[in-house]
Amino acid sequence: MPTDTYGQIVNSSVGRFVAQRAGLPRPVELDRHVPGDPVVRGCVLLGAAPGDARLAAPLARVLASAGAQTATSLEEPVRSAAAAARLDAAVFNPAAPGDQRFKALVFDATAIADSTALAALHAFFHPTIRRLQSSGRVIVLGTPPAQAGSPRAATAQRALEGFTRSLGKEVGRGATVQLVEVAPGAEDQLEATVRFLLSPRSAYVSGQVVRVTPSRLHPGSDWERPLDGRVALVTGAARGIGAAIARTLARDGATVVGLDVPALADDLRAGMERIRGEAMELDITAADAPAVIAGRFARKGLDVLVHNAGVTRDRTIAKMPADRWDGLVDINLSSEERINDALLDGVLAENGRIVCVSSLSGIAGNAGQTNYATSKAGVIGMVEALEPVLRERGQTINAVAPGFIETTMTAQMPLALREAGRRMNSLRQGGLPVDVAETVAFFASPAAAGVNGNVVRVCGQSLLGA
Amino acid sequence: MNTTPRRVAVVAANRIPFARANSTYAHASNQDMLTVTLDGLVDRASLHGERLGEVVGGAVLKHPRDRDLTRESVLGSRLAPETPAYDVQQACGTGLEAVVLVANKIALGQIDAGIACGVDTASDAPISLNDDLRGILLDLNRARSAGARLKALTRIRPGQIVPETPRNEEPRTGLSMGEHTARMALDWGVTREEQDDLAARSHRRLAAAYDRGFFDDLVSPYLGLERDQNLRPDSSPEKLAKLKPVFGARNGDGTMTAGNSTPLSDGASAVLLASEDWARERGLEVLAYVTQAQTAAVDHVHRGDGLLMAPVFAMPRMLDRAGIGLEDFDLYEIHEAFAAQVLCTLKAWADPVFCRERLDRDAPLGTIDPDRLNVNGGSLAAGHPFAATGGRIVGGLAKALHERGSGRGVISICAAGGQGVVAVLEKPEPTDT
Repeated sequence: MPTDTYGQIVNSSVGRFVAQRAGLPRPVELDRHVPGDPVVRGCVLLGAAPGDARLAAPLARVLASAGAQTATSLEEPVRSAAAAARLDAAVFNPAAPGDQRFKALVFDATAIADSTALAALHAFFHPTIRRLQSSGRVIVLGTPPAQAGSPRAATAQRALEGFTRSLGKEVGRGATVQLVEVAPGAEDQLEATVRFLLSPRSAYVSGQVVRVTPSRLHPGSDWERPLDGRVALVTGAARGIGAAIARTLARDGATVVGLDVPALADDLRAGMERIRGEAMELDITAADAPAVIAGRFARKGLDVLVHNAGVTRDRTIAKMPADRWDGLVDINLSSEERINDALLDGVLAENGRIVCVSSLSGIAGNAGQTNYATSKAGVIGMVEALEPVLRERGQTINAVAPGFIETTMTAQMPLALREAGRRMNSLRQGGLPVDVAETVAFFASPAAAGVNGNVVRVCGQSLLGA
Repeated sequence: MNTTPRRVAVVAANRIPFARANSTYAHASNQDMLTVTLDGLVDRASLHGERLGEVVGGAVLKHPRDRDLTRESVLGSRLAPETPAYDVQQACGTGLEAVVLVANKIALGQIDAGIACGVDTASDAPISLNDDLRGILLDLNRARSAGARLKALTRIRPGQIVPETPRNEEPRTGLSMGEHTARMALDWGVTREEQDDLAARSHRRLAAAYDRGFFDDLVSPYLGLERDQNLRPDSSPEKLAKLKPVFGARNGDGTMTAGNSTPLSDGASAVLLASEDWARERGLEVLAYVTQAQTAAVDHVHRGDGLLMAPVFAMPRMLDRAGIGLEDFDLYEIHEAFAAQVLCTLKAWADPVFCRERLDRDAPLGTIDPDRLNVNGGSLAAGHPFAATGGRIVGGLAKALHERGSGRGVISICAAGGQGVVAVLEKPEPTDT
């Protein structure tokens, strides 16, 4: 793993002094999940905009289920919601605050039905944001604008995104800020998303919008090992992010089949041995690959398919030979479509998952990557197109879009470009492969039945493509 | 033997005006104040030479010589010397607890009439010998030889001249009551403004009650004082807002001041309780009846409960037993030890989370209309001689119910040591004639 030398220097005693004087960015070491840890270590302040806050009660239930320490104002509806959920919530009054600190601020904004009512955001966050601890979490919950019910309500709900994206850039100290849009009827699908976003599992996810939609499935979950008894296929599993995904899914209880090209067979086998997974040496662009994969899982079924395999073949379009285009698009996109077709033909199980790996390039574009960005934007298109199809079957498809992740690939970048990549985000540091893997594991978890058609960037809220 | 409990009437009450500590009553002892207060009640209810069933009273700060303070005060009064008496002590709950004890004996027919009383002085405080010196002197007393006596005397050191003074702190936490209440205020998010508003209201209402003569038959002047010395009729939230925080002020976020906390005070009060027959025979009017009472305690030591939150637990236990709701009262008397204490109590009863988690109730206990709460002022304005407060409140509430003609009132008093006493007074609708 390449080390973040700059980050180490500015967090040393001398370096901190210099960095503060010079106004240099000083990344904090992010909290990351360790098995057995609580969902959130510290107090969660639950708030709601005045009015018909339809998520206050379900949020209180999630916090109770997560065993979180909580606080609320002495106002309704949060106080009754907390009582009904059997939360022994402390009292927080911004007018008499004492020295209370919070690890997370969770705000139900669904009652905001008019732009004038957006002042509730200021009222809740103005006195509390400085009380947020390091690696803190801010979650604002709203309604998808299209389902908000009236033009004014839709306007106000759409406005929430500007708030969370800006707050993400303000908070600092490793804190993250998200907007969760919960469709009417999806109030019972909150838990997987809220747990993920509250926990250190979402360390490098910030400034995102996660949509939660209704699902007829309400799978219970062993939150410590949510993937127990489930079978997962991870492509490109020999190295880097793919290997991290395989490890993380195995940690969460999955039986992992790691797939990679025969040239990387040694790495793949070593990695799979460590997690008691199975190695599958295969070129996914081979004509018979879809059939081979489908055959392998025909009997035992497949619960989670992670399309991680991908390559870069950078050249400007003027200098790019046709084979650099064709080969890349085939690996990064077309082969995934073919495999999907084969597995959706009865192999992917009920409540099955497809998780794709897109890229910031696919969202923002990148010079020298017309081919790569085309394939990764195509992945997003695939997610959006297949979402209704999979929803019909009680399955989901989502994508992660990693930003600057510390891998052997980024370690080879020129220094200036690498430093720029690391710092040009709200968390002022690169992410780790495990950060991408945690998000994949969230999408893959059986309880995330209401998370469908999402593209979540794991980029520390990169300035690119925002 | 009589097995049906009798109704217990509050017949009369008397107190002396409460003084700020180290002021007008600085040289009055507990026994002085209690005796004169009993005599005031004797005058008011024509009890001269009367042998009552029992007089029950106490003080929180007590000299060792006052081991039977109440009995000695009775002997000094114009009650018949054959009137028995005993002392009780339950911190600030003493006064109300004494009322409950007398009432219960009347209800059971063991006595027909009695006086519940209380007194305290923070001026004439029991200062005692330094504990080390005391040990040496006791050893000296036990020594049998000159050598042993000399040996004991050589242990005396100059520092042992420093006496032991009563401390306003909880023995098991080392925190003063004010600091404990400051914690409660933080726990419940009580603001400075709320506290100052409540304090100003207490002064305003006490002054108005004096002005309209409400206390004419409840208070007897003493040592030149006609009204409570702490009363500031022109008090206002604006004036109170100027005071500096005194408790919980370490982090610069203190909200409790000398204005919204009760001052150390001197004073005494007494209440005459009787069976209906006894009152009727003497032509005494019944002001109200004592109908319910409950004590409770919290674990402020290990569980971290608010020190003064015990009444919050006592109230629902009493109400459930009586089958009445918190909102079913015409008048509420919550002892204002600190404005923050009253506010924490009200917030707790109205809070669905506290009521669910700590009181095991599906719904909040309820809210209290501020216009029915401490309508004739409270301890913040009157002052708070610890054991005298219960009698002040019982007398005042009984009279207020009598003035209304009918109604139901409830009393809530918090006490040191994590204890609390609550009680109900009722005045039924007049039936015929």
